[in-house]
Amino acid sequence: MRNRLAIIGLCLIILFTLTAALAPIIAPYDPSEQNLFEGLKGPGKKHILGQDRLGRDILSRIIYGSRVSLQVGIMAVGISLLIGLIVGSVSGYFSGFIDNLFMRIADILLAFPGILLAIGITAVMGPSLTNVILALSVISWVGYARLIRGQILSAREYEYVSAARAIGASHFRIIVRHILPNIIAPMLVQASLGMAGAITAEAGLSFLGLGTQPPTPSWGSMLNEGRNYLLVAPHLTTFPGLAIMIVVMAFNFLGDGLRDIWDVKERIKNP
Amino acid sequence: MGRYILKRLILFFPVIFGVVTLVFFLIHLMPGDPVEVMLGETALSSEKEDLRKSLGLDKGIGEQYLIFLKNARKGDLGKSVHTKRPVLETVIERYPATLELTIAALIIAILISIPAGIISAVKKDSFVDRGFMLFALLGVSIPNFWLGPLLIILFSIQLGWLPVAGRESIYHLILPAITLGMGMSAILSRMTRASMLEVLNKEYIITARAKGLSSAVVIMKHAFRNALIPVVTVIGLQFGALLAGAVITETIFSWPGIGRLMIQGIYTRDYPIVQGCILIIALSYVLINLITDILYSYIDPRIKYEK
Repeated sequence: MRNRLAIIGLCLIILFTLTAALAPIIAPYDPSEQNLFEGLKGPGKKHILGQDRLGRDILSRIIYGSRVSLQVGIMAVGISLLIGLIVGSVSGYFSGFIDNLFMRIADILLAFPGILLAIGITAVMGPSLTNVILALSVISWVGYARLIRGQILSAREYEYVSAARAIGASHFRIIVRHILPNIIAPMLVQASLGMAGAITAEAGLSFLGLGTQPPTPSWGSMLNEGRNYLLVAPHLTTFPGLAIMIVVMAFNFLGDGLRDIWDVKERIKNP
Repeated sequence: MGRYILKRLILFFPVIFGVVTLVFFLIHLMPGDPVEVMLGETALSSEKEDLRKSLGLDKGIGEQYLIFLKNARKGDLGKSVHTKRPVLETVIERYPATLELTIAALIIAILISIPAGIISAVKKDSFVDRGFMLFALLGVSIPNFWLGPLLIILFSIQLGWLPVAGRESIYHLILPAITLGMGMSAILSRMTRASMLEVLNKEYIITARAKGLSSAVVIMKHAFRNALIPVVTVIGLQFGALLAGAVITETIFSWPGIGRLMIQGIYTRDYPIVQGCILIIALSYVLINLITDILYSYIDPRIKYEK
């Protein structure tokens, strides 16, 4: 069942990526085009998902909003993964003082629950997409670094690492050529789940008014706007939320599926 | 075990120190003049100077930091820029509301997830199991800032059963608690299922069944009690995470807790309040994690932390 869900997840992610890439072609309207006379109009033939307060087409805004979600997800996960990879590799491979220092920094950053620090950073630095990416990277890199550190700690005991060391391979070569390719699977799992987390966090920050700023369409800020019209225009809230849920679910499905596949391989390797 | 607790306690204090330090430096990330940001460009220069002095921003950063540490040790987190009331007093005043919401969310999550997890494990691969696990997958993916408004649309606007916002009665608590607890119930039900499945395959369960014990006794007394250990840890860790989730939930439902205070602080640029809220939430989170770790070492006698 899990693998089936992973495939569904992958298909949805491909669809999401294509939507973001082809937004100008597939969006029926300009996402910023206003029509004040038709503000808050519900779903209809002309505007399938209805119109917002300013009469803008919700479907087009959702399509364009996927670009923000994808951009934040890729950037935040990419930066966190890169920092995590460097810090985790150095920390796990060399141990000692560097490792101790990293563990203490990790303890402090992990003392802040989830999105709290991101809210603090964006609140102080000002609401913008760049600051959201920065804030999410600050809170997420520790998770990757700890994962990679743990993997490297166990991988460096393997015989192939000792063999590489014996033939005189440099530390850099051992880490990059011998250890990292063997721990790519858990990194991919974490990255997939991390995409889900980053997309939710960006939407959450935008919902609080701390993320993407108008007029740029973002799913979170669309929800925030819709909150004021729950009584008269619930469609403003329903559709952007549905988009977030589907994309987050897709990344969760893929992450869970990949984890299962990886576990199976592990069991085969170490029966 | 004693050594583990001692080690955990020794590590607790540097983390607290690190948290306080990070929260102090957070406000210095602000681009431009913090006083101007808080009061606006039109404020009188005397007002700006007063605020600069009261926040200690007229001193060097090293001195500011030492003063902040000294004051924080005494529980003095400064004063609100707008109300002029002590930050700690204001935050503590809101604490019971957040705690009430968090505990209610936790109770809802446990009431949903534990039975769902047990039934799923016992009826593995059945229709019910798949239904519960699909619910769990959906629950993990539904952001609370969408679930909250959806529940308001359904239960407050369409059906008129529950109030939209506020904290006047127990009915006001239901929707925010469900919103906050949903994600946790999804995580916990998956955890309970996985833990139960692992235990149900153990030999002592087969022995218990072979002895002729009823299914209910085997499941509840023999399997569930042992499966509970990892679940308890997750409950502890998730309880801390609920405090952070409360920031958004409280904003949606106008629940007068720390989370809403923090967001109001952000909107009104009352940064001492924001700083105080972050600090108190983070300290609560660290404390809850510490208690969970210590409890865990008591609950599970197999744990050998001492090396």
